[in-house]
Amino acid sequence: MEHRDDIGAKLGMWVFIFTEILLFGGLFLVYAVMRSRYSVDFHHAAHHLNAFIGAINTVVLLVSSATVAMSITAVQKGNTKLAVNLLILTLLCAAVFMVNKYFEWGHKIHIGLYPGSDLMITLNHGEVMFFSLYFFMTGLHMLHLVIGAIILAIVLVKVKSGTINANRYVLMENGGLYWHLVDLIWIFLFPLLYLIT
Amino acid sequence: MTRDEKNRKSKIVNRNSHNMHTETVHITPYRTLAWVLITLLTLTFITITVTWIDLSAITVLVAMLIASVKAYIVLTYFMHLKFESSLFRALVIMVLAIYALVIIGTFVDYLLR
Amino acid sequence: MTEEITHHPEPSYLVDTGKRKGLMAWLTSTDHKRIGLMYLFAIMVFFVIGVILGEVMRLELFWPGQQFYGPQAYNGIFTIHGIIMIFTVVIPGLSVVFGNFFLPILIGAKDVAFPRLNLFSFYLFILGAAIAVSSQFMGNGPPDTGWTFYAPYSIRTHTNVVAAVFGAFVLGFSSILTGLNFIVTIHRMRARGMTFFKMPLFPWAVYATSWIQVLATPIVGITLLMIIAERWLRIGFFDPALGGDPILYQHLFWIYSHPAVYIMILPAMGVITEIIPTFAQRNVFGYKAIAFSSLAIAGVGYFVWAHHMFTSGMSVSARWIFSLLTFLVAIPSAIKVFNWVTTMYKGSIDVKPPLLFALGFIWLFMIGGMTGLTLGSLAINVHVHDTAYVVAHFHYIVFGGVGFAFFAAVHYWYPKMFGRMYNFKRANWAFGFLFVGFNLLYFPQFIIGYMGMPRRYFDYLPQYTFGHQLSGLGGLLLGIGVIIMLQNLFSKKGAKAPDNPWGGNTFEWRIASPPTVENFDELPEMGENDQPYDYK
Repeated sequence: MEHRDDIGAKLGMWVFIFTEILLFGGLFLVYAVMRSRYSVDFHHAAHHLNAFIGAINTVVLLVSSATVAMSITAVQKGNTKLAVNLLILTLLCAAVFMVNKYFEWGHKIHIGLYPGSDLMITLNHGEVMFFSLYFFMTGLHMLHLVIGAIILAIVLVKVKSGTINANRYVLMENGGLYWHLVDLIWIFLFPLLYLIT
Repeated sequence: MTRDEKNRKSKIVNRNSHNMHTETVHITPYRTLAWVLITLLTLTFITITVTWIDLSAITVLVAMLIASVKAYIVLTYFMHLKFESSLFRALVIMVLAIYALVIIGTFVDYLLR
Repeated sequence: MTEEITHHPEPSYLVDTGKRKGLMAWLTSTDHKRIGLMYLFAIMVFFVIGVILGEVMRLELFWPGQQFYGPQAYNGIFTIHGIIMIFTVVIPGLSVVFGNFFLPILIGAKDVAFPRLNLFSFYLFILGAAIAVSSQFMGNGPPDTGWTFYAPYSIRTHTNVVAAVFGAFVLGFSSILTGLNFIVTIHRMRARGMTFFKMPLFPWAVYATSWIQVLATPIVGITLLMIIAERWLRIGFFDPALGGDPILYQHLFWIYSHPAVYIMILPAMGVITEIIPTFAQRNVFGYKAIAFSSLAIAGVGYFVWAHHMFTSGMSVSARWIFSLLTFLVAIPSAIKVFNWVTTMYKGSIDVKPPLLFALGFIWLFMIGGMTGLTLGSLAINVHVHDTAYVVAHFHYIVFGGVGFAFFAAVHYWYPKMFGRMYNFKRANWAFGFLFVGFNLLYFPQFIIGYMGMPRRYFDYLPQYTFGHQLSGLGGLLLGIGVIIMLQNLFSKKGAKAPDNPWGGNTFEWRIASPPTVENFDELPEMGENDQPYDYK
């Protein structure tokens, strides 16, 4: 006899999300300490970040959260085609974010602004802390974005094949929750890294 | 059927292998999600414009406040917390409270040296 | 106490009934009981390795001066001793062995919420342990930082820190997933009629523990990743040369590692709370107090971490606030001790080995706990921080507490897990050697520590020699006790065990010894008037 507990599965996902909140929480704590020590240096270093690209990334992620939430509604209503299209849109947003990040990081690495570089050693302590935090936090975030995108890609395949349907979609809800977590983290990263000029 | 009735479906739920009972499942309407998105984008725009105005220490506070409002909206609507059992809401609050106290505990050292 | 052997038609979980047979049947099993046993076997191996490392230290410390090896080797030995004991023995410890085996049974379930995730946790455990141990044999030599990996030394030392730290990271992930599994299990799979307040107290302890695992471990996870990033990428968070702060490392490290000690002790206390009512044949005194005290220990214990940092240069305010919180967290522990003792009062005491170990636990835990209070006092702390006093304190709590509770649990649940009895006389002898050896080993450390003997030193001034030699003798007796105990439990098959050798009345004593694969022939239910402990 099939033992299925959707609420339990969702509870498990929420508990996992709590662990991710605490994981990033440690980094935000480091940020808070370093910023309180070096507020002037942080202010200067943040000028190297492009707030416009950061804003685009924020918009892109917010849209992707909306599209994945809508795709769940579509599945619940039995509208497979719409669900698939919305998931594709979500993954496209993820791709846009990744491409932006690639150019952002690429540019900085090109001009020698990365942890351990010769240029980095010459900067003020606070600026070094800022860039270390920038790379570590956006890097870890990116890793989670990629994992989230892979999960949603798997969900997409299952929606298409009908494994996920109006009577059985907790996997999709859980994938959506993970994606929203990725969005939540960025909601805080964006102002803390890009908007302190 | 009203729009609300259309957005609630009955679902047969298995619990602990003993009993099966029906539970109405809440479906978030597309319109709600669209409005949530618009609100979030608006708040993002506000954050950006506010930080152009340099209020020094308060700028961080305002930016964090707005980010918290956005987070609340994402949690409540996108992550469906508003429509889940109260256990989920209680746990989220508990976790955030613990995290806040950890930050405060650390700053009891740093700020008061 | 039922002595007759009941015959059950269904095969026990120890019999291979699926497609696979032998070792593969075990390594691919998602049965919580098999997973619990696999953890038991692995943890015992790690424990024995840890004990040997400890004895090797005691040997070098028997006389002042260098005897068998030098300071670099000594530093490597106490580091891996700590890593193995903390991350592969006592943190997983009672949770993964007895939580896995008995949590589902005690709440009337067939398995945990996510059985495949459970097996994955076990694989992560083995992988993490292997990676951590590999640090001994690869790269530039075993790490010499201590299990605490303090910056900036952990950033600068050329020894193999990354492997040890990454091993700990993987072990942490295993711990998180186990905690997650248990939380959902307890919320969703309790027997019909079993409200939270009709759950036995071991599940309560596991519940509180699981929340700590889930919420504290990620912080050390990210901190360990930061250490790797420091060494490989020079990110500088803890490196003063780049603007970082070593104290920040200590904060982050202890924000996990203090709650971690509650991960260790809460299930231990939970086991004691199961054993005492059974061997006193009385309902536990103060059920709700014990349940809430578990939550209180988990909660308050989250906010005392900086008592490991009193001499590190923190603010005055931080020092007295954390000292105050440290005193507060002792209160719920004391409540438990009071309740255990009161449960035994006017009970029908039967001093079998599980109770003996439980009583030993209470004695040793009290000494450990009270010396924790002295350490939590700021003025005393300045004097004894980083001395052998601290070493004695935490061994009393972790070894005397968690360790003896583990032994108690093994002796309590052995008949249920294996369907066999063991020799009581030999178990009592083992207890004797363990208890006397333990006190002889660690009590002198309080004294020489107070007299100034530093910790983590491979050599010492002549005035500490006598203390170290008493400790060495204690270590010898302790080692003999370990051997007697293991030989008694695992060398040959004892008599067949009845379903309920001790007269307990929680669910596990109503099913077969050993249990069938599905635990229960019929899933149990609790009526309105049923209680978790139902002695007169």
